[in-house]
Amino acid sequence: MFFPTMEKYTVEVKVELKKGVTDPEGENTKKALALLGFNAIESVRSLRVYELMVSAETKEKAIAIAEESCRKLLANPVIHNYKIMVKEL
Amino acid sequence: MNVADVKVCVLRIEGTNCELEMAECFRRLGAQAEILHLKQLTGECSPDKKRQLSEYQILMLPGGFSSGDYVRAGAIFAARMKNALMRDLVDFVEKGYAIGGICNGFQILVELGLLPGIDKTYSEVPEVALGINDSARFECRPTYVKCESSGKCVFTRNIRKGRNLLIPSAHAEGKLILPDGKADEMLQRMIEQDQIVFRYVDYMGNYSGYPWNPNGSIYNIAGICNSTGNVFGMMPHPERVFYRIQHPDWTQNDIGENVGDGRAIFESVLSYITKKF
Repeated sequence: MFFPTMEKYTVEVKVELKKGVTDPEGENTKKALALLGFNAIESVRSLRVYELMVSAETKEKAIAIAEESCRKLLANPVIHNYKIMVKEL
Repeated sequence: MNVADVKVCVLRIEGTNCELEMAECFRRLGAQAEILHLKQLTGECSPDKKRQLSEYQILMLPGGFSSGDYVRAGAIFAARMKNALMRDLVDFVEKGYAIGGICNGFQILVELGLLPGIDKTYSEVPEVALGINDSARFECRPTYVKCESSGKCVFTRNIRKGRNLLIPSAHAEGKLILPDGKADEMLQRMIEQDQIVFRYVDYMGNYSGYPWNPNGSIYNIAGICNSTGNVFGMMPHPERVFYRIQHPDWTQNDIGENVGDGRAIFESVLSYITKKF
């Protein structure tokens, strides 16, 4: 009988606000940094990174699982874009 | 049916914190309200605690910080419901029973895709979002809202259109965002279908920006309903102004019969259910 071998992949999911959606967290952080004297910082964007440890047969399947998790929970398509990257070990 | 026979399900998971007031509002109007953990509806509990959604006529999603507001406010509660209960929920809505979401509950209904429900009962992915307030802060204070509903929303039928209510807000993620490019069209459809229920106003009743609109919500929207009017969500907390003495200025005015501004919302939905079923 054939058993597919499962590999572990570390998948990084980056969820960011779409262009045009205001980012109050980023803007306020920028303001606070300016008050501390960081005038060289021209913009601050907040984003969220999730690191998922995924067991899958192939890298493509690991990516597909991560994508499904974005669709079902991690991102709201109205305001978010997401990027998925498999980290090389 | 009689008010005393109306069964209200107030649903919670870990981090929900407004379920007691919510249930109490219905009880004080004579209905039966039961606070349930989501697991009691999905069957992950002992048999004596198991319940079916179909036993109830009203489902309320109270405020709080379900699952610590991780990922996005309401996202985890919604994902868990979607996974186990979506068919029951759609059935519930299509039979004409009422679902109300307050604050975190509104965020959950949006994440579930039951709101705004412009063309269909629910969408698989959310059609709108409740994003972080423009101030990037938790905004917590009394707010004024104007009732905009011409009678579609079953939660506001006892409230005259144009009436201003004082209802407290307490949220960090309450800014209604419509998808870029489709925003005007969606807003227009919602206005045409009488889906805009409450809009933030100042103390004179004029639509105003921050701080009267605590979050920067599009078109000053504080609450909406679906196209059939039986699914309703709002950010401010009507259960916190059930009595007149819960208003911040109660000592300055005659409290009359001690009716707070939020009470009509609960009365409306109860009278809808008692008349219809």
